[in-house]
Amino acid sequence: MYNYKTKKYILSKGLDDYFTGIHSAYKFTALFFKEVFKRPFHLREVINQSFEVGLKSLALISLTGFIVGIVFTKQSRPSLEDFGATSWLPSLIGIAIIKALGPLVTALICAGKVGSSIGAELGSMKVTEQIDAMEVSAINPFKYLVVTRVLATTIAIPVLALYCSFVALYGSYINVHAEETSSIISFYQNAFKTINFLDITTSVVKTIVYGFTIGIVGCYKGYNATQGTRGVGKAANQAVVLAMFLIFVEEVIIVQISNWFRYF
Amino acid sequence: MEKLKQHIIDKDESVISITGLYKSFGDLEVLKGIDFNLLKGENVAVLGKSGTGKSVLIKIIVGLLKPDKGEVVVLGKHVDQLQGKELDAMRLRIGFSFQNSALYDSMNVYQNLAFPLTMNFKNLSNKEVKDAVEEVIEAVGLKEKLKQMPSDLSGGQRKRIGIARTLILKPEIMLYDEPTSGLDPITSAEIIELINDVQREYNTSSVIITHDLTCAKNTGNRIAMMFEGKFLKLGKFDEVFDTDNEQMKGFFNYNFIQ
Repeated sequence: MYNYKTKKYILSKGLDDYFTGIHSAYKFTALFFKEVFKRPFHLREVINQSFEVGLKSLALISLTGFIVGIVFTKQSRPSLEDFGATSWLPSLIGIAIIKALGPLVTALICAGKVGSSIGAELGSMKVTEQIDAMEVSAINPFKYLVVTRVLATTIAIPVLALYCSFVALYGSYINVHAEETSSIISFYQNAFKTINFLDITTSVVKTIVYGFTIGIVGCYKGYNATQGTRGVGKAANQAVVLAMFLIFVEEVIIVQISNWFRYF
Repeated sequence: MEKLKQHIIDKDESVISITGLYKSFGDLEVLKGIDFNLLKGENVAVLGKSGTGKSVLIKIIVGLLKPDKGEVVVLGKHVDQLQGKELDAMRLRIGFSFQNSALYDSMNVYQNLAFPLTMNFKNLSNKEVKDAVEEVIEAVGLKEKLKQMPSDLSGGQRKRIGIARTLILKPEIMLYDEPTSGLDPITSAEIIELINDVQREYNTSSVIITHDLTCAKNTGNRIAMMFEGKFLKLGKFDEVFDTDNEQMKGFFNYNFIQ
């Protein structure tokens, strides 16, 4: 006679798993804020990881930023020409790149490159018991692996976003310069003419939030990887998908909040 | 300090004392009432089939898993009640050798060995760390591999480096999880010799989890035979296998191909 023991769910398997996942992600994030202010700070590892994040994405961000600048300028020019407003091109490009495209393009590239790399690295460490090995050696693996990586992405991604915006503006300038004579200084001056302190602050806050999201999601998925090598691939994939989804949600929320401040 | 004091229990010569230990994962009952003592300076080999809960037992001893029920006293302290710095302090006195070695694959051998030391003792000079690394790498006989990455090492070499990494913290207790699994007989014999050398030279007490009877016979001062989450027998090798129990006879016959 078989003794069947069926697991009882509060709502259904899917919903129970969904809410358990949210609770576990919340606990993971809360643990980050608890550990981040405690000693030891592992500053050297934070710097190493920041360089890793920055250098890993620098080439791709340079190329993408440059192309975004050129393409956006090429596509905007005909519409502005119809209204005889081509002199507004630098301002339009400035608003689009500094307020939206620069931070968003950087965040999406980093979610793909850095988020997946963190997810796969920690996932692999988890399934090969390297995280347990740290724990039994009296080393806090959460502090050493998670806190340092989340801090690194939170620091490096805003810097990369700033760099991406400048490269995109340069790409745009190259395109503008090909059509009409203009100096790079006057182009940058016009691009920043319509940008105010709130716009810059919003962009910086956005990139800090994106950086934190990419780091914490990558670490959460990797740190909780199961099922061997298949679990590592799954962790890397989920780190990218979830981080990108959250970045878009955060974009909407932050823009909405910044607009409230603008018209307050 | 008060909290520390309450964990100190006087158990004569026992470094590990386990009473009525139970552990389940969901509906799956893994450990079903384990009673066990490890004496100071002694090696106990825990034998049993895969999936009988041997690795769970040592993960509970080192505090990686919490028991559902029962008392686990290690070096005079209740492991399940320790947290934070107290748990870390106890873990520094225990070495854990993982089944797959668990070497940090982003670090070379030197960095792997130095890592536990530099992370736990921040005030050590580079020379002190280097000396400590050289001492343990010599103890496992792989001095020429210091600059290599774990991926460049053979299975047996990785096991040795894994053991060296635990020795660098000078543990009082060693826990070996399947030290000879996946190794050829000659490399297995070398690992067995190393386990015995560690017991002698570092004066450790050890629990050796294995399903390899040769390893158990040659490393264990006592053997614990585990079946379905319980110890069927605990004693000297010949006493344990002098039995009519079919399961144990089957295990013995398979290992020695009689």
